[in-house]
Amino acid sequence: MFWQQVVNAIWLGAVYSLFALGYTLIFGVLGILNLAHPSLYMWGAFIGLVCVTTLHLPIWLALPVAMLGSGILGILLDRIAFKPLRARHAPHLATLISSIGASIVLVNIAQGIFGAEVSRFPFDIFPVHVFNFGGVSVTLLQLTILGISLVIMVALRWLIMGTRQGQAMRAVAYNTVTAARLGIPVDQIIMQTFFIAGALAGAAGVLLGLAFNSISPFMGGPMNLKGLTVIVLGGLGNIEGAVIGGFILAFSEVMSVAYLSSDLRDAVSFVLLLIILLVRPNGLLGHSSTKRA
Amino acid sequence: MLKVSNLCVNYGAIEAVRDLSFEVKAGQVVAIIGANGAGKSTTLNTIGGLISPASGKIELEGRDISGLRSDQIARLGLAQVPEGREVLATLTVEENLRLGAYIRNDHQAIEADLQSMFERFPILKTRRKQHAGLMSGGEQQMMVVARALMARPKLLTLDEPSMGLAPLIVNQIFEIITEIRAQGVTLLLVEQNARKALQVADYAYVLERGQLAYAAPAAELRDDPKIVAAYLGE
Ligand SMILES: Nc1ncnc2c1ncn2[C@@H]1O[C@H](COP(=O)(O)OP(=O)(O)OP(=O)(O)O)[C@@H](O)[C@H]1O
Ligand SMILES: [Mg+2]
Repeated sequence: MFWQQVVNAIWLGAVYSLFALGYTLIFGVLGILNLAHPSLYMWGAFIGLVCVTTLHLPIWLALPVAMLGSGILGILLDRIAFKPLRARHAPHLATLISSIGASIVLVNIAQGIFGAEVSRFPFDIFPVHVFNFGGVSVTLLQLTILGISLVIMVALRWLIMGTRQGQAMRAVAYNTVTAARLGIPVDQIIMQTFFIAGALAGAAGVLLGLAFNSISPFMGGPMNLKGLTVIVLGGLGNIEGAVIGGFILAFSEVMSVAYLSSDLRDAVSFVLLLIILLVRPNGLLGHSSTKRA
Repeated sequence: MLKVSNLCVNYGAIEAVRDLSFEVKAGQVVAIIGANGAGKSTTLNTIGGLISPASGKIELEGRDISGLRSDQIARLGLAQVPEGREVLATLTVEENLRLGAYIRNDHQAIEADLQSMFERFPILKTRRKQHAGLMSGGEQQMMVVARALMARPKLLTLDEPSMGLAPLIVNQIFEIITEIRAQGVTLLLVEQNARKALQVADYAYVLERGQLAYAAPAAELRDDPKIVAAYLGE
């Protein structure tokens, strides 16, 4: 029983991390909380679904297409909701409100197109295969989700720490003026950051959509608080922190559902968020890693 | 190389620079000196594309750059050592230097330049994997100069590179400036340390409250009693 929960927490944690990485990346580079991030997650899931049901693409192709789509949505989100405010040096509150507005618009458009009811992937979309390890069962889907999430996370870390683009991104995160003096096209870097964040959210959307086989315009709702909890746990803007935070949240959720009550799933994030804000407001790992390398 | 004509820059209602015209010829070291608030940094930041001028023209190699963004101007060959250094503190020393060459694509030459910077500034080699913010002020200033040189600029502007540094380090900085000039880089140097600036410069401009007060070869200004009284102390 216990080890079964551990296994469940691991793959769920990997997807939470994936989701939260985009959230924290935007915070690290731009210092803004993008509350429309969960809507990109939802859109990623729908794009994946449309790829499979309408375009009859295989799921391994639907995932990258969904990432591309939600990445482009991320760029549009920036151009429409954030860039005009940035140009006017608007206060953070304005940006926050703008992101809530954008989120409402994105949810409503999805509701208009796909309807309010829950949509599902076709059942034969992914081979059902269960592995048994001494009483602990893992599905091929769960292993695949875990694998894909880890690969994306490693790739992201390499991008940020090991490439010229990543250096430029961290320079922009640290000081846009200095970055511009060095010839770094700040606006372009911000665009890339939104693309990457959107793509990460989209990947998480497809993977969780597959795992729970339930996609709806409102699936982003609970992710808002979860994402926030994860990135506050890890320290706002902290890449490694978001990964650790994702696993902590998944473990807490899975364990409290298993041993306390299934009503608690969404309350767990709230409790964790409260505790961390009281005890370690800078997060477990302290400060922003996009800013502090 | 650089020609500034009738430049006016305002911060809201404050007129920081008024009707300023000056020129930097290729291969020259030109100094701008002036008291606090005279508008020196404003002038450099406007040339660098960080502030847009109210009026006037800025030409780099004959091309009007006054409407361009900062990163576009950097690509045209302007490198800046800004006031207060602007170290990317959370990036490593090596990453700072590499970002200096962000506008370049000649990978082999970049590696070679990096090595020669490490030779010229051994401390940067020792600290290459450390966060740049952990170095001393003098080391940071060396790094920012090296970072600017990594761009292989045509024109390098330096805004008070000696500010806040011990006399020994200040001497080192000016030695480096002399070296850079010997390599054929054109320099526009802003300094409060007017004595030092006039020693290395060919030509100098004196700014007073946003306006040009004097323009003459540096050697002449060094001996001008008015300049000596106002800017060279004693
Ligand atoms: N961001 C700003 N907003 C408003 N006024 C400013 C700003 N920056 C500079 N000023 C004003 O513009 C004038 C010129 O400032 P500037 O920084 O160019 O002077 P400076 O010659 O570089 O001085 P210092 O030697 O102290 O660096 C000053 O009166 C200053 O108060
Ligand atoms: Mg100044």
